[in-house]
Amino acid sequence: MSAKDRILAKLRGSLVGTTPVADDYDAGLLTEPWRYAADDRIARLRSMLEAVHGETQLTTQADWPQRALEALAARNIGELLVSPDTAHGQQLAAHVAASAAGLRLKAYHQPVEAWKEELFFRTPASLTGTLGGIAATGSLVLWPTPQEPRLMSLVPPLHIALLKASEVRDNLYELMHAQHWASGMPTNALLVSGPSKTADIQQTLAYGAHGPKELLVLILEDA
Amino acid sequence: MSAMTDVPAVPIAFKRNAREALADPQLRRNFRGAMDFLMDKRRVQFPDGDELERLRAFGNRVRARALSKLPELLERLDANLSRNGVKVHWAETVEEANAIVHRIVEQHAAKKVIKGKSMVSEEMEMNHYLGERGVDCLESDMGEFIVQLREEKPSHIIMPAIHLNVGQVASLFHDKLEVDYTEDVDRLIQIGRETLRRNFFEADIGVSGVNFAVAETGTLLLVENEGNGRMSTTVPPVHIAVTGIEKVVENLRDVIPLLSLLTRSATGQAITTYVNMISGPRKADELDGPQEVHLVLLDNGRSQAFADGELRQTLNCIRCGACMNHCPVYTRIGGHAYGTVYPGPIGKIVTPHMLGLDTTRDLPTASSMCGACGEVCPVKIPIPALLRRLREEAVRAPEAVPHHMRGQGSKYSKKEAMLWKAWRKLNTSPALYRAFSFAGTRLSALMPSNIGPWTEHRSAPKPAARSLHELAREHLGED
Amino acid sequence: MSHASSVAPNATRTAPAIEPPRQYPDKPADVFLFGTCVLDLFFPDAGMDAIRLLEREGIRVHFPQAQSCCGQPAYTSGYTDEARVVARAQLALFAGDWPVVVPSGSCAGMFRHHYFELFKDEPQTLKQVESLAARTFELAEFLLNVCRVQLHDSGAPVKVALHTSCSARREMNTHVHGRALLGQLAAVERVDHDHESECCGFGGAFSVRMPDISGAMVKDKTAALKGSGAAEVVSADCGCLLNINGCFEKQGERLRGEHLASFLLRRTGGHKGDGR
Repeated sequence: MSAKDRILAKLRGSLVGTTPVADDYDAGLLTEPWRYAADDRIARLRSMLEAVHGETQLTTQADWPQRALEALAARNIGELLVSPDTAHGQQLAAHVAASAAGLRLKAYHQPVEAWKEELFFRTPASLTGTLGGIAATGSLVLWPTPQEPRLMSLVPPLHIALLKASEVRDNLYELMHAQHWASGMPTNALLVSGPSKTADIQQTLAYGAHGPKELLVLILEDA
Repeated sequence: MSAMTDVPAVPIAFKRNAREALADPQLRRNFRGAMDFLMDKRRVQFPDGDELERLRAFGNRVRARALSKLPELLERLDANLSRNGVKVHWAETVEEANAIVHRIVEQHAAKKVIKGKSMVSEEMEMNHYLGERGVDCLESDMGEFIVQLREEKPSHIIMPAIHLNVGQVASLFHDKLEVDYTEDVDRLIQIGRETLRRNFFEADIGVSGVNFAVAETGTLLLVENEGNGRMSTTVPPVHIAVTGIEKVVENLRDVIPLLSLLTRSATGQAITTYVNMISGPRKADELDGPQEVHLVLLDNGRSQAFADGELRQTLNCIRCGACMNHCPVYTRIGGHAYGTVYPGPIGKIVTPHMLGLDTTRDLPTASSMCGACGEVCPVKIPIPALLRRLREEAVRAPEAVPHHMRGQGSKYSKKEAMLWKAWRKLNTSPALYRAFSFAGTRLSALMPSNIGPWTEHRSAPKPAARSLHELAREHLGED
Repeated sequence: MSHASSVAPNATRTAPAIEPPRQYPDKPADVFLFGTCVLDLFFPDAGMDAIRLLEREGIRVHFPQAQSCCGQPAYTSGYTDEARVVARAQLALFAGDWPVVVPSGSCAGMFRHHYFELFKDEPQTLKQVESLAARTFELAEFLLNVCRVQLHDSGAPVKVALHTSCSARREMNTHVHGRALLGQLAAVERVDHDHESECCGFGGAFSVRMPDISGAMVKDKTAALKGSGAAEVVSADCGCLLNINGCFEKQGERLRGEHLASFLLRRTGGHKGDGR
C-alpha cells in the first residue's frame, strides 16, 4: 500500500457513518457589504490602492501613453519593459515613436533563463495590461500570458498597470463569477493590491521588499 | 513511528522556557507592543460585529464541509493537479516528506533551494534535513531570513521575527551581512532585498507552502505581501509546494470567504499585496514559471486529529495567527518558549497530534481558559474546549480504553486521580462538606501563609470566619 | 511606524456581547441562590449581600444547604467523570421552576453551557440540564433584566474599575450587566483600565500549575487597575478577586477588589431600602 492509500484509508475509516456537510454557500455575505454605486466604484478602488502606497491616475484611452511617459520621465527612467504583441504595447510604441521622448522599449521575448541578469538588474520598469480590478479590496487581476509573462509584474522596481474602468468589479465573488474562473484557471492567476511590502521588522511597514517598489495604475475612464 | 513509540518521549521544557522568557524585559516589551499592534489592526478590519460573526460562521462551514469529504476532495485535488501537470506526492511522516523532497533535489542535482514562507517545511525541519545532505536552503521571507541569520526558529507563524526589535535586527545585519549599522527600516529591508535578489535566480529549486488547495480546479493559492513567494514559485526551474492534507477546499469560490477571514484576522489587511494562484507548470509557449511543479501532501498526525469528531475541528485552522495575537499567555512568553513549530493556542491543540501528548504534556495546561483565542478564531475552532479535551486525554487512566491518541494518559498520576476522587466525595457529601468548611473557616489561622507557587506572586487566601452555608442557614433557615 | 494605529491603548478592547439575546421572565417570588465554592469559603459576605439585594426586591431566597461546587475545577482539569458526579448532585438540588441566581459568572456559565457537554450521552439528564440552563442567571444579569432594579446611589463620588472574569464575560455577558448596574449609580464614575478584557491570570488550577505565567498576568492586571485612577475595584467573580486581591496584598497595595453585590448594597443604603 502506498502512503496515499494508507492516508486515504485512515481518513475514510474515520468518516464511516457520517454525512457530508451541505453546501450552504452565502454569496450575499460576500457581495452585499461590498457593493458600490457606479460613481463610487473607481473611487473605492483608488482609495484602497492608495492606502497601501499604490499610485493611481485617471486617464483615457487616448491619453494614457503620454501619462506613462511622464511618469517614467519624472523618475528618470529611460527604458521600459513592454510587450510589442499587445494592442496597448503597440499604441505605446507608436506614441513613443511620434514623440521626442528618448524612451527605449524592450520586450520579454525569450525564456527567463536566457536573460535573468538583465531582467533582474537592468530593467527599471514594466508596463502590463490587467484583466480587471476589484473595488472592495483595491486589487488588480492579472493572468500572465506568453506576451506578458509572470515576472513582468514582479521583478522591475516600477510596475505600470493599465486598468479599464469598465472592467472594475465590486468584489472578488462577482469578478470570479463574471469571468468564469472555476471553468478553467490559467497556469498562474494573480491579484495584485499595491507595491510589494513587509512589516517584518518591528511591525514597521516598508515598501519594495522583493517585488516592485512602486505600482502605478493608469485607469482608463473611457474604456 | 513504531520505533519511536518505544523510546520514552522527552517532554518539552515548557515551564523552564516560559520562566526564562518572562525574565527577559526586552522580549516582554517586544511581544506586548507587537500583539497590541496586531489586535488593533484586526479590530479595525471588522467594524461590523454582525458581518464578522456571519463570516466566521461561513468560514467554519466551508472548512467543515471540506473536512466532511476530505478523502474525496484530496483525490479530486490530486487528479486535477495531475491533469494540470503538477506532480502530487503523499507523505505520512515528516521523514517521508523530506525523502520525497530530497529525491526531487537529487533528480535535478540541485545545490541551492530558495524558500518562500512555509510552516510545513518548518514542521519537516527541511532546512536541516537538506543541509545535512549538502543542499543549501535559504529563507527569502524577510522575517524568516532574519530568523535564519540568527540561527533561530520563527516565534510567530505569520511574523517570524516578531520577537525582535529594530535595534536587534540592525545589529544582526551589521554582524552577519557586514553592512553599516542602521536602524532605518527602509534601509534594512533594502539590504535584505539586495542580499536575496540574486539568490532567486541562482536557486535550482523553489519551495513554498500553500494557503488553500482547491480541489475543483487543481489550484494552489498562496498569499503574501513581499513578493518572495511569487519569486520562489516562479523563477527557479522547479517548484515544490509542501502542505498539510487538511488545506484542501472543495470549490474555487470557497476561498473567497476564507481569504477575507485570513488576511483581515492575521495582519488586519483587507487583502495581501499578492494572491498567487498556481494551477500548473510553465506551458510550452510561456516564457517563465517553473518547468516542474510538485505538491507534497503531509499527514504528520493530522489523521489522528481527524479520527475524532471533536478534535477534527483542529484541522479547520487556516493559520492566521489571530489566536496567538490575542493570547495573554503567548503575549507574555513569546513563541519560542513553546518549543514547537506552531506556538500559542493553535500550537497547543495541533502539536499533540504531531509529537504526542507525552512530549507536549505541559502545553494543554498552559492556558487560563480565558477564551480569547476561541473568540477571535476566524473559522470558529473551539480552542478552549479542545484544550480541555486534551487535558482529559492526558490524565486518562492507563487502563481506560480505547487509546487513540499518541501519548494518551502520559500525565496520569495516581496521586492526582485520588485527590480528585476525594474532591468528588467532599462535594457530594453534605456532611463531609460541612465538616470541611467548618474546619477551613475555624482553623484559618493555621493555614500556612506560604502555599507553594501561588504565594510567590500573591498572599495566601484566607478563609472567612464563617462560611456562606452557615450565614445563609442562620438568615434563611435550613433549606 | 507609518501604520501604527492611533487608537488608545486597548482601554476599550472589550469583548462584544456574544450570547444571542435572552428572554427574561417576570420577577419571581422565589429564587434559588447557588453560592459557589470559592465564595462560600472566602467571600461569604458577598453571598449574604447578594441575598439581601434579592430580598430587597421582595424575593424569597432559598439556599439548599447540600449545594457545593458546580464541578468546574475538575472539568477544566480534564477529570470529566468526577466533574459529572458533582454536577449531578447540583442538578438534583436545583430542580423545579425557581430561577437559580449565581453571584459568580463563570459558575453560572458552567450551569448554562458546559453541563450540556457533561451529560451529552444522557438524554434523560439533558432535560434537567436544559431546565437548569434556562433558569440560571448571573446575579448582575438577574438584578438588571429580571428584577429591573433602579438603583439610587447614596455614596460619595468615586471612580471605580470593573473587572469581569473572562469566561463570565464571554459566556454570560457579565461586562454588559455590570456596567449597566454601575451606570445607575449617580456618583460612581466607571473608568476603563488598560487591557481591560485580558485575563487576570487566575484560571483555577492554571494559577497553581503555571505560577510564573499566571503571576506575570496578575501583576500586569493589578498594575493596569492601579493605573486606571480608580479608587475602588469591583468584580462579580470570586476567583479573579482571590487572585487580584492576593497580588495587591503581596505588593503592599491598599487597593482591594470588592464583590459587585457588596458594592451595590453599600452604595444603595444597605438593608431593605429604596429598591425599585
